[in-house]
Amino acid sequence: MTGARIPLTLTVNGRRHELEAYPMARLLDVLRDDLGLTGTKEGCGEGECGACSVLMNGEVVNSCLVPAIQAQGAELRTIEGLAGDGEALSPLQAAFVACNGAQCGFCTPGMVMASVDLLARSPHPDEARIRTGLAGNICRCTGYGKIIDAVARAAAEERP
Amino acid sequence: MRGDVPGCEVRVPGTLEEALDGLHREPGQWRPLAGGTDLMVPFAAGRLADTRFLSLHRLADLRAVELTDAGLVLGALVTYAQVRQHPGILAQWPNLVSSAQATGAVAIQNRGTLGGNLVNASPAADTPPSLLAYGAQVELSSVRGARWVDYADFHTGYKRTVMAPDELLTRIRVPAAGPGFHFFRKVGTRAAQAVAKVCLAAYARVEAGVVREFRVGLGSLAPVPARARATEAVILGAPVAGLAVRLGARAREALLADISPVDDLRSTANYRRTVAGNVLVQALGELEAELGGR
Repeated sequence: MTGARIPLTLTVNGRRHELEAYPMARLLDVLRDDLGLTGTKEGCGEGECGACSVLMNGEVVNSCLVPAIQAQGAELRTIEGLAGDGEALSPLQAAFVACNGAQCGFCTPGMVMASVDLLARSPHPDEARIRTGLAGNICRCTGYGKIIDAVARAAAEERP
Repeated sequence: MRGDVPGCEVRVPGTLEEALDGLHREPGQWRPLAGGTDLMVPFAAGRLADTRFLSLHRLADLRAVELTDAGLVLGALVTYAQVRQHPGILAQWPNLVSSAQATGAVAIQNRGTLGGNLVNASPAADTPPSLLAYGAQVELSSVRGARWVDYADFHTGYKRTVMAPDELLTRIRVPAAGPGFHFFRKVGTRAAQAVAKVCLAAYARVEAGVVREFRVGLGSLAPVPARARATEAVILGAPVAGLAVRLGARAREALLADISPVDDLRSTANYRRTVAGNVLVQALGELEAELGGR
């Protein structure tokens, strides 16, 4: 049995994928390496930085800490799933652009996905609520002020 | 990623019986894996010896939260997010909600489980102090049956517990708390994603102006999450009026006998001794302010 890949079914951004993966492969690596969805980033690889945040069954998770076997049958949403098929950004993404909510950009996909989760639960968050919602996401450019502005702007305009 | 991903084998039991049977047949060979927020870190770094895992994610019964007159029963797979969002838990055991909010941040709280937090047995974990303050018990199950153990007796040494190799922690029972004083304070580098330097939770019940029940749970102050029994003895039976002024210094002194802090990468023993005493005195002051009139 050792070394066997398992059949894995994932629905990512509304599209169903059937693939084979090692059961202890990280969901992060399955997304990036097997499905080519490299928008999800690896920062620390230990659940501290939030760069790998994705939504799994409607909840934000650190994809570096999810073994593939526990994602069996899951509905996943990644940064690639936010914009439409064309060029149109989601309102939340557009707010990040408008507020200069990205500097180097590496933390941005994780920040945006954590914000999607936050706004789904709390459509009109105050600043403290935004800070709690994004507390697991680290920006080493330290551009937190503009990131918080972006989330507040998206909340004020409409839901993401 | 330095873990040996292809070298690992994972079993996914569909029922508790199946899980216990697997542990019974090859005791100590299969590492139970719950939310993964602890185990995946050393695994990915190549620092975990285990290569065979028993993934518990299909055991839906262990995700249940049950509220009864006698108290609260939490399945071992209940997440921090479940605890954080449960109005019934907040109403009666607010320290549990504070502990859940203090653990990691949202993404960790969505995956991490209470059972995992206890079995991982870190002396710095955030839920143990609250469970100790509320006098919780844990259920350990095996093919031989289930036994309830006082959580205060669960940890036997650094990262060691009373669990047998074929046992699984299945439920946590928290007695009804009733109206009383609830206190939780975690001191860390920042509010989220930090490992505690000092953590102290307390629960007190006051009758006719006298402290009749008082338990203190400590984190990051000993090799295990520990009750502050010497400190409790100083306060138990004391009139609540003037508590902090009259007994603050003695309680602080007693706390030094309850703890054995160390210097490590997060803090120093000296800082921990001082701050633990400060937090205790703060708790006594708040206890007096809240329940001094009763």
